[in-house]
Amino acid sequence: MGSYVPHTDAEIGQMLSFLGMGSTEELFSMVPDAVRLARPLRLPAGQSEPDVRHDMEGLSRADLASRGLVCFAGAGAYDHEIAAVTPALSGRSEFLTAYTPYQAEVSQGVLQALFEFQTMVARLSGMEVANASLYDGASATVEAANLACAVTGRQGLWVSDGVHPHWRAVLGTMAQGPGRAIGRAPLRGGVTDWAGLGGAGSAGAPAALIVAYPNFLGCLDDLGSARKLADDLGALLVVVFDPVAAAITTSPGEAGADVAVAEGQGISARLSYGGPYLGLFATKMAHVRRSPGRIVGETLDVSGTTSYVTTLRAREQDIRRERASSNVCTNQTLLAVAAAVQLSWLGPGGLRQMALASARGARYARESLLRIDGVTSPVSAPVLKEAPFRLPAEPEVVIERLLEDGYLAGVAVREGFEGEEAEGCLLVAVTEKRTRDEIDGFVAAFEKALR
Amino acid sequence: MSSGAEPATGGGAVPGGRPPGAGSAPGGLASSSPLLGRAAEPTIFEMSVPGRSAWSLRTTGLPEWELEELVPLEHRRRSATGLPEVSERDLVAHFTRLSQRQYSVDTGAYPLGSCTMKYNPKLFDHLAALPGFADAHPASPTAALQGFLALLVRLEEMLCEITGMAAATLQPPAGAAGELTGLLMMRAWHGRDAGDGRGRVRRRVLIPDSAHGTNPASVSLAGYEATTVASDSRGLLDVASLREHLDDDVAGIMLTNPNTLGLFEEDIVEIASAVHDAGALLYYDGANLNPVLGVARPGDMGFDIVHLNLHKTFATPHGGGGPGAGPVAVTAELAPYLPAPRPVRTGEGGRYGYGFAGSEASIGRAHSWHGNALVLQRALAYIMFNGGDGLRRVAEAAVLNASWLSRRLRASYDIPYGRPSMHEFVASAASLKRSCGLSATDVAKALLERGFHAPTVHFPLIVDEALMIEPTETESPQTLDALARAFEDVAREALSDGAASARSAPRSTPVGRVDETRAARRLVLTVDQRPGTTSGAPGGRAAGGG
Repeated sequence: MGSYVPHTDAEIGQMLSFLGMGSTEELFSMVPDAVRLARPLRLPAGQSEPDVRHDMEGLSRADLASRGLVCFAGAGAYDHEIAAVTPALSGRSEFLTAYTPYQAEVSQGVLQALFEFQTMVARLSGMEVANASLYDGASATVEAANLACAVTGRQGLWVSDGVHPHWRAVLGTMAQGPGRAIGRAPLRGGVTDWAGLGGAGSAGAPAALIVAYPNFLGCLDDLGSARKLADDLGALLVVVFDPVAAAITTSPGEAGADVAVAEGQGISARLSYGGPYLGLFATKMAHVRRSPGRIVGETLDVSGTTSYVTTLRAREQDIRRERASSNVCTNQTLLAVAAAVQLSWLGPGGLRQMALASARGARYARESLLRIDGVTSPVSAPVLKEAPFRLPAEPEVVIERLLEDGYLAGVAVREGFEGEEAEGCLLVAVTEKRTRDEIDGFVAAFEKALR
Repeated sequence: MSSGAEPATGGGAVPGGRPPGAGSAPGGLASSSPLLGRAAEPTIFEMSVPGRSAWSLRTTGLPEWELEELVPLEHRRRSATGLPEVSERDLVAHFTRLSQRQYSVDTGAYPLGSCTMKYNPKLFDHLAALPGFADAHPASPTAALQGFLALLVRLEEMLCEITGMAAATLQPPAGAAGELTGLLMMRAWHGRDAGDGRGRVRRRVLIPDSAHGTNPASVSLAGYEATTVASDSRGLLDVASLREHLDDDVAGIMLTNPNTLGLFEEDIVEIASAVHDAGALLYYDGANLNPVLGVARPGDMGFDIVHLNLHKTFATPHGGGGPGAGPVAVTAELAPYLPAPRPVRTGEGGRYGYGFAGSEASIGRAHSWHGNALVLQRALAYIMFNGGDGLRRVAEAAVLNASWLSRRLRASYDIPYGRPSMHEFVASAASLKRSCGLSATDVAKALLERGFHAPTVHFPLIVDEALMIEPTETESPQTLDALARAFEDVAREALSDGAASARSAPRSTPVGRVDETRAARRLVLTVDQRPGTTSGAPGGRAAGGG
């Protein structure tokens, strides 16, 4: 069968004889017999390229996404437009198959693209500086918490229930190591109620308040009171933002955030079953030396030409080792390059239109859904492209029925998406890709499903 | 420069932007750089012209509600977003030119030690773009995702067979994330039952001095103290000195096998039993799994927790620094601690063949969704293409190539640890530095001048002027010979000119040696931080602070 190993048998023989060996088995003489695998791996036999393609296409056809479901699901993963130029440029071999830009002289392409990406993320978030990416929104939130703990010397975190439940779960997992205590602030009417704080971390002043805007239920939370409370407590304010919504809503910087983090999927990647996505991380210059991951800086080469290089390297794990505040090495550079292309294609006008058109579609869908008998809203706060609905039926049943009509109706707020206030609701998202006809068809199917 | 500008403008008048000629509007810097040589490429912000655009979005037919009707005043953005305003043609030209200023595996040999920069087959790029995968929403009901779940379960089973482990999580999005996930499982296991029902979290984790930097960093983040264990004169971990470090406060040891010198830890069986006797666990850093595929398995060596770097061993492209994927495989005893939810085959009688399962002892979620799914999908395709025999052939060719190159370069460079190495070896420029002033960095830059990517330099830390070389199995003997000639030429030239030429290399690359000190001392991390830039970044309060 096929192989990506280029050597002919004759070449292998010549190389072995150069090494004074008679067989490839001798290459492994250092491996003790006790741990040598005495049998072949129990894997299916190798397949040709067309056979692998045939099997993979078969698996892909088992997923309904291959049949073009009209997507009304969001919950942190949005069906926004990705321009044709975005994969075409970020997918170029030179970006796709490079390693981390350790050798700056032959890595100016990736480095400059990252410098431009950092500028775009800093401007969009209204912060002073951004890093060159983290894994996803959840990991960016964890790193923001780590930074806040390092800055304040405190171990507690107060986290709004409006932060994505999966991200809060990841935060909880990663808190087990350093033994961080997390206080949980519920939502009331779609807005964080800091006075209702509960949980182990609610005692004592926290390192940071973490609030999402828009939050998991799609609501525009009250950043002003979060900033004031953080000031009173001497804590940092971490704002989780949406890079599309930020075109028209208060930026984290305008709200006085100390750290801004986001899931950047909507400006870089198709839905991709949840990964690879893109963690955005931006902060103030005062915190740059405690920031995680790679940061690209502009400098000069020996002849005075503008050049780019990874900088503040002494923060990073390969130099600081056990004293590093982050272990991030591989990140999501390719997605950062894609975001730089996509944001350049959109420009200020396109991003604004994307945010506006999403909000228009969401409002139209919301008004239509709320006209259906028994469908109500559990929130009163302003919403943008996403909102929860309480239905006169189980949301899972509605989702399953609408699948048959070709719609992915939304995400059930349940089982891993717990949030007391909207428990059992259906979270519906509308992006600029949804037309009036699609929404009308969706609402009609919805009504039928509830009958 | 107008911080109070209308949100719809803002990209054009970027501070630092150079007009193409006197009297022109700011921005709009046209560029058609020479293909090679030293011309700088302007940033996309300098190409921006107010009012120019590339975007178009769907015609929706929806009511055209205005911003004022959609977003209450107190929630409206007050500042411009400052994104560039360019035509699609200029955008394509810019990023295409940037790509031409970038070396990659597809360009040529990339012998970067410990990074396993093998060829990334195009088939897998094609498969990752199939709509059933690329357009699958991660919160879709399991009924809609049977194909993806089947794929994940199949990959988990194959990775377990390859590593000799019982179960795995596919959630960690990179190797370092896998390390932290594995260490948190170690912590949970000690805290809960430690195999004998008497749980107590231990404080320390042992790490050899040759380890990757992520190891000690992950150890700290997992709430442990890292204790460094010195390698012996063989470049290996010595069982006797290991025993001196082992006590009832040691939770585990992290090993890379073969280690970063490319040497197989020959005493691994004795090491494993000593560690287990002390009630501790063995963690396998899978960065160097490539040369033991089908040859030896971490599980058979006695490891309890294994992470894999799919972007190394399983040929998924590294993307200029990511994305990767760092699945973690464990023994049956540790399986209950794996992150949840896990894709599983569902039992008889279920409506669907695949679903998700959790576990009460799970350490919890390690990723927003299910891991870097499209990276996982590519790795599965790679395993399907190769099969068991093909993977073994990969290991053989990887070791053959590295061994051949090591033997060939022995005449020109020091090879400090003389034992037979596996997929990579560490040479040293220490003698050359003494004799003619040629440093490891000079060797790296002189190789760039000769059209090859450099090896990893100054790592591992235990070798002076280290050159860590990993050719991988996908380079042909002809490419290896050319690479060897380049290495030899660098050494020969340095001996004849006192390393003058190497010290001024590279000269033919898009830029010459870059001033890293200047970059760190005069931080310019965005266009708005360029010297002479006013604080009026379009991002609003940015430069003024919060």
